[in-house]
Amino acid sequence: MLHLTIPQDKIASARGFAKQITHSLEELLNSYSSVTIERTVLRLLGIDGALEDGTPIPNYIVDQLKSKNALDKGVAYWISNAIVYTGLSAQDVANSVKDGKLELTQVTQQPTAEVIKVMNDLAQKMIDHIKLQRATRESYFKKYGPRNAPSLYVIVATGNIYEDVLQAKAAAKQGADIVAVIRSTAQSLLDYVPYGATTEGFGGTFATQENFRIMRKALDEVGAEINKYISLTNYASGLCMPEIAAMGAMERLDLMLNDAMYGILFRDINPQRTLLDQYFSRMINAVAGIEIQTGEDNYLTTSDAIEKAYTVTASQLINESFALLSGVSPEKMGIGHAFEIDPCIENSFSYELSHALLTKTLFPHSPIKYMPPTKHVTGNIFEAYIINAMFNMVAQMTGQGVQLLGMLTEAVHTPHLADRALAIDNAKYVFNAVKDFSSEISIDKEGFINKRAEAVLDEAIVFLKRVAEQGLFNALEKGEFANIKRTQTSGKGFDGVFRKSEDYINPFMDKIKQELNLD
Amino acid sequence: MSTKIDKTFIRPYGDTMNDGRMQISFSMPVKADESGKEAARQLLKQMGLDEIEICYIADLSEGFAHIVAYANTSVFVDLTKIQVKTVDTDVMTMEETDEFVELQLGRKITIIGACIESDAHTVGIDAILNMKGYNHRFGLERYKWFNTLNMGAQVLSEDLLAKAREMNADAILVSQIVTQKNIHIKNLTRLIEMAEAEGLRDKMLFICGGPRINHELAIELGYDAGFGAGSYSTDVASFIVTKLASKKQ
Repeated sequence: MLHLTIPQDKIASARGFAKQITHSLEELLNSYSSVTIERTVLRLLGIDGALEDGTPIPNYIVDQLKSKNALDKGVAYWISNAIVYTGLSAQDVANSVKDGKLELTQVTQQPTAEVIKVMNDLAQKMIDHIKLQRATRESYFKKYGPRNAPSLYVIVATGNIYEDVLQAKAAAKQGADIVAVIRSTAQSLLDYVPYGATTEGFGGTFATQENFRIMRKALDEVGAEINKYISLTNYASGLCMPEIAAMGAMERLDLMLNDAMYGILFRDINPQRTLLDQYFSRMINAVAGIEIQTGEDNYLTTSDAIEKAYTVTASQLINESFALLSGVSPEKMGIGHAFEIDPCIENSFSYELSHALLTKTLFPHSPIKYMPPTKHVTGNIFEAYIINAMFNMVAQMTGQGVQLLGMLTEAVHTPHLADRALAIDNAKYVFNAVKDFSSEISIDKEGFINKRAEAVLDEAIVFLKRVAEQGLFNALEKGEFANIKRTQTSGKGFDGVFRKSEDYINPFMDKIKQELNLD
Repeated sequence: MSTKIDKTFIRPYGDTMNDGRMQISFSMPVKADESGKEAARQLLKQMGLDEIEICYIADLSEGFAHIVAYANTSVFVDLTKIQVKTVDTDVMTMEETDEFVELQLGRKITIIGACIESDAHTVGIDAILNMKGYNHRFGLERYKWFNTLNMGAQVLSEDLLAKAREMNADAILVSQIVTQKNIHIKNLTRLIEMAEAEGLRDKMLFICGGPRINHELAIELGYDAGFGAGSYSTDVASFIVTKLASKKQ
């Protein structure tokens, strides 16, 4: 059996430092909120829609409360107060605000007990809906059988949700287990979620609740045809992390890209904003049973995959620790890593095998998400195809959970129909060819692969210790992560972070914490 | 057999000079059967190809098939008549560029980028400027000797120029993705005219980029360079530092 021999105390020490890093942020996580968290609350209260100019109603309401300096009580209070006063539904209250007929802060203060009751009833109703979606997913898996491991994960990215549907259905029939709808470029930097079905995007399709609904329905239909549950994934990242998580929870997405630090480092989103948003978004994912996926591959696409391998390990442990704080169970943590070593390097396969085994060793219960080669794939489609075969071989041999299939046309275009089919064929062949191979071979304790993995962990420990000692924000400021410097108050979305007042209420966070037995 | 290549008469080479043999792979909404093969063959025939061999056809489901074919072309190109107008500076890696700046210019270079006017699509400017870069080329933000500012989307020309003046910029990068009704030409012209009016045009490099932009168009509009689809941060960085060094001399 392929397994590494790594001292348990080393693993425990790495985890300990990661915990120290994330737990030092409790004051931030407990005392602050953000505009997108408040917009999420509105969405979860059942408020949707947009103004004529495209501004989503949740944005309109949050911006208005912010301009009245009333946001620090939380939007839930203001909406619920207006519901009690008017007797209208949450959506009708929101529509009245939109139409200028109602000003939330001007509504006469209603008895607190009644306001809280309305709020809690609405919150419970939505949480029940989300739990029903979770149960529906589970019953599908029960009916059709569990997801394959490694799962075949493919992307669609036409920009047009209806074209995406066609491609996703074809991919499902070809054997895909998970379909990801790639978002339009730079959606992560939009401080709102577009509304409605969309047919134009750039390098991808906008994540909207309606698009989620359309794709979910299509995949359920194709699933019924082929007797298999096809999982759907999107991106709870960027400036609207929790809103997208909430939309995914409502519409039964199954996985979400959801990294604790990606936005800070690679999108220059404010660190405090990102940490707050990931905290709540992951709670929503946790209660919805949505598998989160982290983005460690980004450390390797921007740096050398051997030299910086330890940054992946460190980030994995930090991501895990943050996810635990939000109540995500290890079985739902798709910890990420990638096959990105320069193919010209001698024994690159041994390095990849070593790194992949290290991830599996550190997170034995997680459906690990393995990202394909992209950095050294530059348009030579024939070479790409063979590198992808090696990537598939490592995945099967090391028991990865989710295989994001490499495309032979990586760096050329978003995948064509045939590209995706070839990728699926490649993975199916390799997975089948080496299916039980690893059960009959073992790793030499004194050999290169084992020593390499231990060395990467050693480096990660040194790094995590250094970050733990100085604190995450100081470390970010000094550029400890990926050589990128970010300060606490810089970056996009900082103006959307605010301190909660004493009487702040977010009924969803409170209820989800109870559900997940947090604090 | 002559191995001499006639540069005025060039065709693809399979295994014999100028045989014109090419491999072709595509998918079509046809069945993966003889009728699908015939459809593919007829398509290739209409493309002017001969000796068509459909060597593979496979079902892609949802009514589509994947086809692989080989065929001969009878057309040719004359290499002696090929002309391309491109940015002709040598392209350096990030490390080489940093070293070049350190040695040749001896100071940090300030670069400001933006999507101007109506354009809200930062994909191009982000690919060039942002740390992560694009397709394995780091963005200019990562260069040690560059001081960069990405102003983002929908930046007014006047705001961009004001910032450029304030930061004493060496180069301005303008991205235009949206090209409906030639809006990109209008926007780019507006910026360059304002820069001239404000006396900034010759104080810094003006560079534009986007999928419908090429060097020729950029020069025509009065810019120093233009970068189209397939351009990378390294192309832009190399141009900036080489041009600045040549200006210095």
